[in-house]
Amino acid sequence: MSVTTITKAEEVIQNVKTGDTLMVGGFGLIGSPLTLIDELTRHEAAELTVISNNVGETGKGLGILLQQGKFKKAIGSYFTSNREVAQWYNAGKLELELLPQGTFSEAIRAGGAGIGGFFTKTAVGTELANGKETKDIDGETYLFEKALKADVALVRAWKADTNGNLVYYKTARNFNPIMATAAKYVIAEVDEIVEPGELSPEEIVTPHLYVDAVITSRLILTKDGVKERE
Amino acid sequence: MIAKKAAEQLVPHSIINLGIGIPTLVANYLDQENYYLHTENGLLGVTSVEEEDIDPLIVNAGKLPVGEAIGASYFHSADSFAMIRGGHVDVAILGALQIDSQGRVANWAIPGKDIIGVGGAMDLIAGAKKIIITTNHTAKDGSPKFVESCTYPITSTRRADTIITDLAVFEWRDDGYELTELMGDATLAEVKDNTTASYRVSDMLSEKENAK
Repeated sequence: MSVTTITKAEEVIQNVKTGDTLMVGGFGLIGSPLTLIDELTRHEAAELTVISNNVGETGKGLGILLQQGKFKKAIGSYFTSNREVAQWYNAGKLELELLPQGTFSEAIRAGGAGIGGFFTKTAVGTELANGKETKDIDGETYLFEKALKADVALVRAWKADTNGNLVYYKTARNFNPIMATAAKYVIAEVDEIVEPGELSPEEIVTPHLYVDAVITSRLILTKDGVKERE
Repeated sequence: MIAKKAAEQLVPHSIINLGIGIPTLVANYLDQENYYLHTENGLLGVTSVEEEDIDPLIVNAGKLPVGEAIGASYFHSADSFAMIRGGHVDVAILGALQIDSQGRVANWAIPGKDIIGVGGAMDLIAGAKKIIITTNHTAKDGSPKFVESCTYPITSTRRADTIITDLAVFEWRDDGYELTELMGDATLAEVKDNTTASYRVSDMLSEKENAK
């Protein structure tokens, strides 16, 4: 069954519950679902595990939710872009799981594709391999990594049609298409919603069967930072 | 100077991934029509961009604004790293905190500081066909970066093929690094004084030195 709801951020955010695991797209603020994140700042859900490459930037994007103490754990590859992450971690108020960016993205892809885990050469022999299973395949050592899945994914796309098919814009694509496959409930934030048929079937990156709800974005990233759409 | 030397090492039509810092500067010395720059956040065909043409949604792995070449393509992060791990990227040029005699690179964490970011460094060293390290020869405090054995956490067990510093170029041979070229006015003695790694000097450089 595939019914995609065209809805409002304040309504659809109610699907996020305390204790949920949340995937959030974006490479820093680029391709980050800023409107949905803003809505989360006013939503009661807490104790969240967030799966996102970064925890936004200091006081921006997911960085606001960090300041509000809504995260129990963060899984990502590059938390350095928000200096406050280390402060929360050192104070014992945030668990961290650091993965190489390729392992992180492949784990999400696997999660959405029904694969339980995979073996990779990345990180073999490093501190990030500590405690992980290894296997020799054709004379080379590989490391086992488990797939990642989530309760809810917040993704940012460029356009959606009313069926929920998605296309993306430039490097704002990043982790969004894979996250859209790996969560039980997927909410897409887009610039524009069009009628079915207006997007060419060949250009659709995320087919609608992955998408549960679509909202129009209110907050956008501009040259001058995050702004309200005019 | 380091970036220019790295650019000279690249074969036209190669697929190249540039890391943050000195590696980013390599693009300035490339004829951009003849090289394909890959960035792990999902673009093949990175170019430089003029201030007035900046699009905040087109960035490189360092989150700096870039442009897109004619014939460029965009893809998601899992595809981007499949290209890297799958050996489809010809050269990765990366910075380093330390490199050791065995060719192991440390470039993601400093002991005693919070280890909270790794990004794509481990995937790039594990997967690219050729690894070029570009770095200053010594750290800011003057201590050698090319050391006998890394004391910082290593990024991969896979070795770097070429090291380019402000003093010298080293190439990995069968069993260790060979100093193949001196940069600018650098001397063999200067390299020796600022290096704790073991390496040998190429026959050509030794002969030049003896001829003096």
